[in-house]
Amino acid sequence: MTPRAPAVAGAPPDLDVQAVTKRFAAHTAVDAVSFSVARGSFFSILGPSGCGKTTLLRMIAGFIQPDGGDIVIGGRSMARVPPNRRPVNMVFQHLALFPMMSVAQNVAFGLARRGVARAERLRRAEAMLERVGLAGAGGKRTDELSGGQRQRVAIARSMVLEPTLLLLDEPLGALDLKLREHMKLELKQLQNSFGTTFVYITHDQSEALVLSDHVGVMNHGHFEQLGTPQELYYSPATAFVAGFVGANNRITGKAVALDGERVEIDSGGWRLQARRRGSIGAGAAVAAFLRPEAATLGRTPAELSAERRPHSGEVIALLFDGANSVVLLREAHSGLELRIALPQTGAFADLEAGARVCFDFDPERAICFAAGADG
Amino acid sequence: MADNAVTAAGYRRLLLALLLAPALLWLFGLIVLPHVDLAIISLRERVAPRQYVASLAQYRTFFSEPLYWHVFVRTALMSALATALTLLVAFPIAWTIAKLARGRTSALLFVVCLIPFWVSETVRTLGWMILLRESGVLPSVLVHLGLAAQPPELLYHDATILVGLVYTSLLFMVVPLVGSLESLDNSLIEAAYDLGGQGWSVLREIVIPHAAPGITAGCIVVFMLTLGNYLTPTLLGGKNSLWFTEQIYNQFITRFNWEQGAALGFLLLALSTVMVWLGLTVSGQRFSDVMRRT
Repeated sequence: MTPRAPAVAGAPPDLDVQAVTKRFAAHTAVDAVSFSVARGSFFSILGPSGCGKTTLLRMIAGFIQPDGGDIVIGGRSMARVPPNRRPVNMVFQHLALFPMMSVAQNVAFGLARRGVARAERLRRAEAMLERVGLAGAGGKRTDELSGGQRQRVAIARSMVLEPTLLLLDEPLGALDLKLREHMKLELKQLQNSFGTTFVYITHDQSEALVLSDHVGVMNHGHFEQLGTPQELYYSPATAFVAGFVGANNRITGKAVALDGERVEIDSGGWRLQARRRGSIGAGAAVAAFLRPEAATLGRTPAELSAERRPHSGEVIALLFDGANSVVLLREAHSGLELRIALPQTGAFADLEAGARVCFDFDPERAICFAAGADG
Repeated sequence: MADNAVTAAGYRRLLLALLLAPALLWLFGLIVLPHVDLAIISLRERVAPRQYVASLAQYRTFFSEPLYWHVFVRTALMSALATALTLLVAFPIAWTIAKLARGRTSALLFVVCLIPFWVSETVRTLGWMILLRESGVLPSVLVHLGLAAQPPELLYHDATILVGLVYTSLLFMVVPLVGSLESLDNSLIEAAYDLGGQGWSVLREIVIPHAAPGITAGCIVVFMLTLGNYLTPTLLGGKNSLWFTEQIYNQFITRFNWEQGAALGFLLLALSTVMVWLGLTVSGQRFSDVMRRT
């Protein structure tokens, strides 16, 4: 990978969204969302379908007018600026390549609209195609290309206009898994080499984590949390983020004792400890989250750390998935189903359904929220 | 076993033949046979009562008689003009139905286009006459509004014929246009705007190329209907209409000169064939693609 263009410190953000709101009849699709994206960075908006992320993106592109707030791109307010006059281009969900044109004509389309002379725009289109690894493909029809090549044409078509901001609306959604993995990498490399600010929306948390410098997790029209992928994963701000980003075990119960940051939880007879996040009153209903890889497995309590509280359960099934293999077990007291990662040593590969196992975890790595706050 | 297979195949062929029989009967009985007969009639000349000789006299008459020529060219040009006007009027309607209206509204708009066809063409055209004749509704309104001193005669003008033809043809243009516009992915239009397109360039670069088969299909149908229309030009244009079908009618019915009528009929068929071929060539469309859209 070529070294990325560093985000220019102190430069004004390329995108500044200020308390943008959009209502459709009684439903508030986007509710006073504010965030800014630094120049040259890769920003993702992650959320389940219907969370308002598409509406937000379409407002940035200019296809929808916000009911309130302002969108500032490259230091200029975009209020009442139509989509064809914004320094923003978009890669559509199904790419929206023009089937009536050749690949080169697709890439040259925007240049033609700007009045660039024919010879010059063909030259620039060809140079851009070369840059995305499609040298010589200019004469092809769009349906002669593979899924990955089509995506590169869609990006080339936008990048040839040198936009301040490139918006991407789940462009990987229509691809099959293998190609998606490949294109994820390619997208990251393209962003690195162009150094353009990318705003990417997706419902796939793995895409958001792998690609982004910063991610906004969106739910019910507002941002639950805005942070780096690491922040979202290791210290989720809300129960929703904890449940949505990465695999997690959700344990509901009651806070029976509070000790500073530590909460003692009773979940149907199972007593466990977790780190408190937000205010929790004694006796309040809580939801705790424990990542599969945060727990350690053992056949007997003796195999586990002496300093941690041991727990036990009965194996329901072994779910083998290479490096992501987990054991599905039923906790002894509560009957709760938990997923715990198998160590890569293959030590527990022979576990059978019905076997009793022990596990423990660092309470610092289990996070507890007041229940009902996860929407 | 082999016998069975042969019989099964035989049955299938018989079934296919039976299923196709009505269509083939219609094709041969009502289209091919009369045309063969007309061709024969057009290529003979009556030399004495009940005595005919093979001759090209009818076709010679057509080329030597300026009136026929004049009417022939006029009909072709007026039909082309009517087709173009129909396209201009139908396109916004089709765009509204296909892209702007939703669900019930879209269906309702379609029905509005269809309603005129619930009455016969004669009644429809007479409706225009009631509206436009000197003592009709529109001239009275014009006088009432002070826009004209005398009730003007709005019938028997070329413009009146065109209005009537566009009105009659509108649905046949709207239907293929709606079909081809509905299949246009909205994100293509958005992408074109996003890349800096304006209304006109998006229409020219994206919408029209996509809708081209539908446009061509609509134009072919409307042109052929207009060229072969008899009632609308005759009623709205009166003696001035000078429509080619009227000439054919006159030869067959008034003059009882079947030979000349048949020859003119064939020339009209040739004209519409040539014009359709020209239209396809100019617009770069393939006939089979276009016909799938109608």
